[in-house]
Amino acid sequence: MKIVVCIKQVPDSTAKMTVEGSKVSWGDAPLIMNPWDEYAVEAALQQKEALGGTVTAISIGDDSTKEALKRALAMGADDAILISDPALGYLDTQATAAVLAAAIKKIGAVDAAFFGRQAIDADAGLVPVQTARLLGWPALTLASVIKIEGTNVRVERGIEEGRQIVTSKLPVVFSLTKDFGEPRYPSFMGIRKAARAEIPSWSLSGLGIPAPVSVIAWPEITNPPVKEVTCEFITGASPEEIAETLATRIMAEKVL
Amino acid sequence: MNTLVFIDHFKGNALPASWEAVGVGKTLGNVTALICGSGVEALAKTAFEFGVDEVILADDPALADYRAEAFAATVSKLAAERTPEVLLFPTTTRGRELAGMAAIDLKTGVMVDVTALEAAGDKITVTRPIYAGKLLTKETCSSKPQIITLRGRAFPKPPQQAGKSGTLTRVTAAAGDFPTKVEGYTTSESGVSLADANVIVSGGRGVSNNPTLTPPAGLDEKAAEIWRAQQGFALVKGLAEALGAAVGASRAAVDGGYISYAHQVGQTGKVVSPDVYIALGISGAIQHLAGMRTSKVIVAINKDPEAPIFKLARYGVVGDLFQIVPALTTAFKKKMGK
Repeated sequence: MKIVVCIKQVPDSTAKMTVEGSKVSWGDAPLIMNPWDEYAVEAALQQKEALGGTVTAISIGDDSTKEALKRALAMGADDAILISDPALGYLDTQATAAVLAAAIKKIGAVDAAFFGRQAIDADAGLVPVQTARLLGWPALTLASVIKIEGTNVRVERGIEEGRQIVTSKLPVVFSLTKDFGEPRYPSFMGIRKAARAEIPSWSLSGLGIPAPVSVIAWPEITNPPVKEVTCEFITGASPEEIAETLATRIMAEKVL
Repeated sequence: MNTLVFIDHFKGNALPASWEAVGVGKTLGNVTALICGSGVEALAKTAFEFGVDEVILADDPALADYRAEAFAATVSKLAAERTPEVLLFPTTTRGRELAGMAAIDLKTGVMVDVTALEAAGDKITVTRPIYAGKLLTKETCSSKPQIITLRGRAFPKPPQQAGKSGTLTRVTAAAGDFPTKVEGYTTSESGVSLADANVIVSGGRGVSNNPTLTPPAGLDEKAAEIWRAQQGFALVKGLAEALGAAVGASRAAVDGGYISYAHQVGQTGKVVSPDVYIALGISGAIQHLAGMRTSKVIVAINKDPEAPIFKLARYGVVGDLFQIVPALTTAFKKKMGK
């Protein structure tokens, strides 16, 4: 199995996001591997452990993005590639998918590409299916159980109504949810290996593609209006009295 | 503007956000609805009642089960033929991925999980939450069609007029050999879905530590903790049932193994916006608040008066949820005549 995991570096989920002018700031919060991508790395490593092969982590970004790739190496990925180019600034999901698809083609003979269900910064959840579309591969999204035998794939995927069980044929794109199971922590040996790793950078010319055009623009980013709420604390002599008052107040809102 | 709206359904039951998308389409101009499935003609009738001008019905055994590639091929083919200015999807699991695939096929872009939009001429500017709603961004698309997925409950459902009709156009599924086959389904635990819920009752870490309960003998520490939490979540579910509400949970409760991930509200769970959100034993980590802050009326019961959740709450009770919640369930049952 030749496996690729596509990861993104994002501000930590505890970050307080602010906008200063037109610039988004996450204060002093650390940049981390997108939490959902950890499930993708875990799923990829489990397939490798079951079937043999290699796991390559790839990401688009500047040099600082190597930290997220090192996390993947520390968890157990065999190698990592950074796709970095001055022409790659803001990318919409279509442009991101075009770059990732080109990288997966360049790596060559890839059997499966794993993604997290979405990134916690832009929250789009489109890049996995769009990359699959560009590669002409089936997209098996929101996977919670993956079984691969030969070129046959069987997946349980989360939908609004429960789970859908589907079968398909490699090569495929998977996107992973938290239902897959907890991602592993990097081992001590893994961390040492990752610290020493030289991560190669690929440019657009190396991928053999022109700078992708983003058709989606973000002309204005704002902090959402602060909802001025004053909490009315309900008190009473007994739980029953408190409950009665609270239920009356909620009913009076006329939303039930 | 001509708008093509994808109607998402499961076995013929439309997801409510589909009709909300029809309502948005009607504010933009002419609406054509696309219904894909097998034996789903009844949905066309409902679509007309919600004000759709034309229904394109791809009623075909090849579309009996949802498969992304088979559905995307049909959606993209029809969008290419009809050249609408706008292609709308509800932000459901199916709607989101079909929008993404159609954007690649039609060489355009997607504005995803939109909560507001305005049109100037044939150009649409949308607003959508990013970073789980910690920020809002405006978005535009420089190519056509402008593909948009609309967040459920962000737009009103249009009025339904019984007996209203329109033009029905029948088509067959786009041909293709799609390797993905559907083997079957397992349905989720019964209950109201978080995304569609008017009312959500959520439990956090606080529901797990009722000091007055003694776990059955023979459980180890972790099993005893989960046992306690399950007793606590029984109270959460009891209140939810009385209100016809969905059950939510904080990440702490899900990670603790007290309840399944499908119930998680927050940045790495579901972002929800019900009319009433009742938080029980949830202190309000920033990731949780991001997932429920746009709820209309927030109610919090917590023993810690300093819990951040009270900053968003309209009504708060500082106290013992194990005493207050059963009393609240009884009070609501009485008031609602149950």
